[in-house]
Amino acid sequence: MKAFGKFLLSLLSENPVFGLYLGICSTLAITTSLDNALGMGISVLAILTVSNIIISAVRNITPDEIRIPVYIVIIATLVKSVELLIKAYAPALDQALGVFIPLIVVNCIILGRAEAFASKNGIGASALDGLTMGLAYTLSLVAMSSIRQILADGILSLNNPFNSQTIFSLPIIPAAYRIAIFKEPIGAFLTFALLAAAVQAIRNWQAKKEVK
Amino acid sequence: MSSLITLFIANILMSNVVLTKFLGMCPLLGVSRKSSDAIGMGLAVIFVIFSSSVLTYLLYYNVLVPLELQYMDLITFILVIAAFVQLVEMILKKYSIGLYKALGIYLPLITTNCVVLYVTLDNIIKGFDFAEMMVYSIAVPTGFMVVLYIFSTIRERLELSKMPEAFKGNPIALVVAALMAAVFTSFAGLF
Repeated sequence: MKAFGKFLLSLLSENPVFGLYLGICSTLAITTSLDNALGMGISVLAILTVSNIIISAVRNITPDEIRIPVYIVIIATLVKSVELLIKAYAPALDQALGVFIPLIVVNCIILGRAEAFASKNGIGASALDGLTMGLAYTLSLVAMSSIRQILADGILSLNNPFNSQTIFSLPIIPAAYRIAIFKEPIGAFLTFALLAAAVQAIRNWQAKKEVK
Repeated sequence: MSSLITLFIANILMSNVVLTKFLGMCPLLGVSRKSSDAIGMGLAVIFVIFSSSVLTYLLYYNVLVPLELQYMDLITFILVIAAFVQLVEMILKKYSIGLYKALGIYLPLITTNCVVLYVTLDNIIKGFDFAEMMVYSIAVPTGFMVVLYIFSTIRERLELSKMPEAFKGNPIALVVAALMAAVFTSFAGLF
């Protein structure tokens, strides 16, 4: 139980999005609904894991001077494959995410983990790192999109991206009390600011506890 | 001509790339602590975006389309951008060492500045002709620089203000961004 609590705390205080401010462009832009957040999160999770594995596999034969271009080409190839797959099998998701799918290439989390972890560690460890980081990213997207969707639309719903059938749809806030502004950029920035402040508060509290 | 001017102003003010598309947030939070750095960074970004837009546009329509290799766009574009950023870095290192040191880690990060890739991809997606492409690729980074500069001046003052411990640093910067987004949305009635 204690280990699980520790894991949860580290997920919060070392969170790549709200703690380290990586990959925030996409976080702010696509978290208008739970569908988009899950689609984006899972795409990034898959790309991050595979790119970590490949980069870790070629780390000993990559010359140090040109490592960044090599990483970028690997990541761009994976992103393009995912983009074509989404276009073919989940057109609704493709419509919603639009240009933000190719922009996964420049998501700092992926290049950051390649540089900081996969280029120095073995294949197994890198795959695990990709999975945890991708999971943390997905959870952050889900947290933020749930807040925005509930406040703006009053319902929390999830659709199957492959055939657009509704999986669940929970009405939470009655129509008169919905705050449409949370669908707008202002709402994105505000939600993010509050979540980031919460993570910072947890970090400060942890630091204080360690001093004592 | 008038449509080009509309395109220019619209992309600086009402569809500002930072405040409506959320692109370029990393340099916004990282570099925007000093207003002098903001101008330098902004000019570097304008140069990189304009040059790489022209280059990728020509490459796309003169090489990739005739060869039916359109699906290679992402990989081609990102390599052109990476090469360009490297060039800007070398020039700055040689001629403006102060700026080079100040921008530090954020210069190589222009490669992963989403705005650059976004503009080059958007030129193709929106089907711009050559003139529109040139106006668009100057307007978008100019909008970025305007926000970066305003943001940095506000942040210089924030350093001295009192606020709850948890909001210090980036969270309060995001609250500022939210307020700026509100202001920039109101430009929507301009046209």
